Amino acid sequence: MVQSSKRSPLTWLVHATVLFLVVIWTIPTAGLFISSIRDKDQLSVSGWWTALSTSEQRMVTRVTVPKKPLQEDGLYVLTGNVFEDNKQGIVTRFGDSSLRPSEFESGKVAELKRELTLTVLANGDYKMTSPKAFSSRGKRIFYTAEIPPRFTLDNYREVLGSEGLGKSFLNSLTVTIPATIIPILVAAFAAYALAWMQFPGKALFIAAVVGLLVVPLQMSLIPLLRSYNFIGDIFGVGSKGYLGVWLAHMGFGLPLAIYLLRNYIAGLPREIIESARVDGATDFDIFRKIVLPLSFPALASFAIFQFLWVWNDLLIAMVFLGNNPDELVLTGRLRELLGSRGGNWEILTASAFITIIVPLCVFFGLQRFLVRGLLTGSVK
Amino acid sequence: MADVKLTNVKKVYNNQVEVMRDINLDIKQGEFIVFVGPSGCGKSTLLRMISGLESITDGTLEIDGQLVNDIPPAMRGIAMVFQSYALYPHMSVYDNMAFSLQIAKLSKEDIDTQVRKAADMLQLTEYLDRLPKALSGGQRQRVAIGRAIVRKPKVFLFDEPLSNLDAALRVATRMEIANLKESMPESTMIYVTHDQVEAMTLADRIVLLSAGNIEQVGAPLELYENPRNVFVAKFIGAPAMNILPATLMQAGEGTNIQIHSQQAVWVPVATPKNDEQAAVSFGVRPEDLFVVTEGEYLVEGEVAFIEALGEATLLYIKAFGCEDMVICKLSGTPQYKRGASIKLMTKPEKMHLFNTIGLTYRNRV
Amino acid sequence: MGQLASALVIVIVGVLGCACYFYGSNFLLDKLLPSKNKPYDVVARNLRIAGYIRPWLFLGPAFLALGFYLVYPVVESFRLSFFGRSGEVFVGLSNYAWLFNSDEFYQAFKNNMLWLIVVPTAATFFGLIIAVMTDRIWWGNIAKSLIFMPMAISFIGASVIWKFIYDFRSGDDPQIGLLNAVVVFFGGDPQPWITLPFWNNFFLMVILVWIQTGFAMVILSAALRGIPDETVEAAVLDGANGFQIFYKIMVPQIWGTIAVVWTTITILVLKVFDIVLAMTNGQWGTQVLANEMFDWMFRGGGDFGRGAVVAIVIMVLVVPIMVWNIRRANAEMEGR
Repeated sequence: MVQSSKRSPLTWLVHATVLFLVVIWTIPTAGLFISSIRDKDQLSVSGWWTALSTSEQRMVTRVTVPKKPLQEDGLYVLTGNVFEDNKQGIVTRFGDSSLRPSEFESGKVAELKRELTLTVLANGDYKMTSPKAFSSRGKRIFYTAEIPPRFTLDNYREVLGSEGLGKSFLNSLTVTIPATIIPILVAAFAAYALAWMQFPGKALFIAAVVGLLVVPLQMSLIPLLRSYNFIGDIFGVGSKGYLGVWLAHMGFGLPLAIYLLRNYIAGLPREIIESARVDGATDFDIFRKIVLPLSFPALASFAIFQFLWVWNDLLIAMVFLGNNPDELVLTGRLRELLGSRGGNWEILTASAFITIIVPLCVFFGLQRFLVRGLLTGSVK
Repeated sequence: MADVKLTNVKKVYNNQVEVMRDINLDIKQGEFIVFVGPSGCGKSTLLRMISGLESITDGTLEIDGQLVNDIPPAMRGIAMVFQSYALYPHMSVYDNMAFSLQIAKLSKEDIDTQVRKAADMLQLTEYLDRLPKALSGGQRQRVAIGRAIVRKPKVFLFDEPLSNLDAALRVATRMEIANLKESMPESTMIYVTHDQVEAMTLADRIVLLSAGNIEQVGAPLELYENPRNVFVAKFIGAPAMNILPATLMQAGEGTNIQIHSQQAVWVPVATPKNDEQAAVSFGVRPEDLFVVTEGEYLVEGEVAFIEALGEATLLYIKAFGCEDMVICKLSGTPQYKRGASIKLMTKPEKMHLFNTIGLTYRNRV
Repeated sequence: MGQLASALVIVIVGVLGCACYFYGSNFLLDKLLPSKNKPYDVVARNLRIAGYIRPWLFLGPAFLALGFYLVYPVVESFRLSFFGRSGEVFVGLSNYAWLFNSDEFYQAFKNNMLWLIVVPTAATFFGLIIAVMTDRIWWGNIAKSLIFMPMAISFIGASVIWKFIYDFRSGDDPQIGLLNAVVVFFGGDPQPWITLPFWNNFFLMVILVWIQTGFAMVILSAALRGIPDETVEAAVLDGANGFQIFYKIMVPQIWGTIAVVWTTITILVLKVFDIVLAMTNGQWGTQVLANEMFDWMFRGGGDFGRGAVVAIVIMVLVVPIMVWNIRRANAEMEGR
């Protein structure tokens, strides 16, 4: 380009602007990923951008009162650690009331009401003494602690297991694989006919395919749901199932598939097709031995499109696959979690990341084909 | 055996555009026929109609005595070499050559023998495992020819096979094609080109086409020496024949004409009395002109441009009364100056005379 | 795992089935209309007939699928829009009457118009800007790849991502949503963005812009590269500055591509419902047509008539673009 040779301030502005935009565009996903591997307690009280710094958290714990309390020098004594499990941290301040949660410095002995004393050490060990027996319901201890960053895969373990994402992952694969591969074959044959065969109504057919490219999916839902119910009744089977979803995805993917592949196949050199014809190849031979191998880039592009589209689809799966927990695909499950576990960000972020990881891998691995497909589809 | 016969063949696109009209052509077995003509003349269309890649709107096409109008290409006993070679890019050279035989379901051994034989003949043996993209232009062209040979066709069709090659390679490959013809005297070859040198050097007979019509069919030198009309006269030969407007003064056995603003000339061709006073065209090839300083001359003019080519020199002469420059081709490097006045003459037997509608007066005296 | 195995079996069966259909039907056609070793007349006739039939063998499955999944539903939706909730009682125009008297519909329609204006414009604009800028820096391809990435993320996944950004904590609790954290950092008051009337629409649109900008960028970047360098160099020689080159030389040359990108995103906007469903489900004044339609399909057991009527509205909005697309494709084919 003309500008690139000059190291003008404009060039630096361009660098800065692009960097800024890239950051804006990637930060949401990065935030999701980082959050998904944070400890759930930290996640809910501090922003993910603080994940690497030691965070100062205000927390509360309730002392546990054993059945037979310890007695020492005539006083009842309770001991324990404010960090209930094996978590680490440094207590800086503590208190006994929600109004003054950080009244005392750690290590000090706090004289409380009713002759109670409380000490919380920096490492979290606490000691509470009282002249009288403790009531069975333990007192609350408020404390401020510096918690080092904690990363964990627990969130993933939880969503894959008890939240049923593992099953949904399988469902998604089950839906996606056939719904990606089968339309390719059907579309490729049609695309070949539209590109290299002569028959009346060809132009009309191509125009129809272009028109159908933009038909909103929503148009189809109600009539198809009715048809599926009707067909289900005839054969005495449920109207919802994988077969219906596969076929629906095939139907909705076909216009783009035919359009992309036809453009590509029509662009193959005419003389190669003619040469094959002179060599005695039938249309079927030409398709199988010449066109199919040469169209690999276009087939790959469409396969990626269709894969992303089917994997990411929510609508068709919701309508035609049903909403039983066992049948939900990842997108459906995520939507359900968004409703039922709306505040549990550790669940949501991990689930969301699981749903987007496969498309992201496909995307970064096969971006070349995806771009090529986009270009044959749109730029002319 | 493999004659190709076209009778009243027509081609009409979309029910309106007539691209070939009434083509009649008899091609004998073993002939090397070249279709030549300016671009858009229909020469490729005609070839593709013979191959079966284009349908025939009207008329009949017979190959080997068999009507083939509606027979698909593969069953016509033809093979075709395309301008772009049309090699299958995903197949090795071997597979490219074997493709048609595999389609025809020949046994593996037969395929192998034939492919190797053809490869041997075209010096392609060491490239058999390569993909087309790893070959040079000339090698690709040879593969394309090899692919045609293995089918053992009755008729070879070549569609401008040399036009994608550079000049040096073109000459070499032209010779190879000529050799190929030598080695297969019994097969008929039909060759399309826009390059008249290819046409002249390769053809047994040239079919010169223009705007969907056959202008003339004949041996190369016949077209050169006895063009049937102005179009043929101008197309064959480089630089093209000079055509000077003239008026026919006196008809008969031998004709007197008056080249506009120039001399009266006696041309040794017979013309009918009716044509007296008609506007005719006088033709003479640049290489048949020579300079005279005194005595009879044909045209007189000023030298406008000089192109010294080494083996010959082209003089572009602004002749009085003529719109187009008269070109004169002199051998060697004679010295002339721009603006010099010059007189040109030719021999009577090199003169051509065309009537008002451009047809040659054929009867020489 | 058994389920996945059966999916793979289905793939194999499906592919084999397709292959068998195509191979078998071709084989049958050749057997029924033989063209070898027959008299000329028979061969010519058989080949001609086979030539008429064969394209339809190739097109057959696609033809049926397109007919059943796309053409028939359009017609049927139109019919259903005149019928009652279960699609059996003819109710004339009463669904349409309901539609035009429904505040809910107006709200959705208005929002949809807003989406149609904002999203394609913003995505195309950002796409163009980024395409121009990334073309002149050495790490442009990495930048493009990252900005293109949201393309691969599902709408629902993107919704979760952004819901997290818009997260709101009341009181003095530290904000864990990035947007509110930034607002607080600069001394502002945190807001429940998703429920802010009117403006919440824009916060939802941001998600789609975020996804679609990469698409616009990739296509416009290719178009920009297709601009002959000579025209830009000529403009430089003529003394044009960077912005003049951009607006007066480059943009006019890719005008057609910009239009394509813009319409493609427009179509997507009309279809999008996942984002609204996941973020607000149409509450707080964010309803859009596609979600409204989905709503009516299932609300109270489903009202097919009203759902169909909303679908028809979406279809009507798409038709102009459809016509334009077909014209463009036709012109392109004639150019070939």
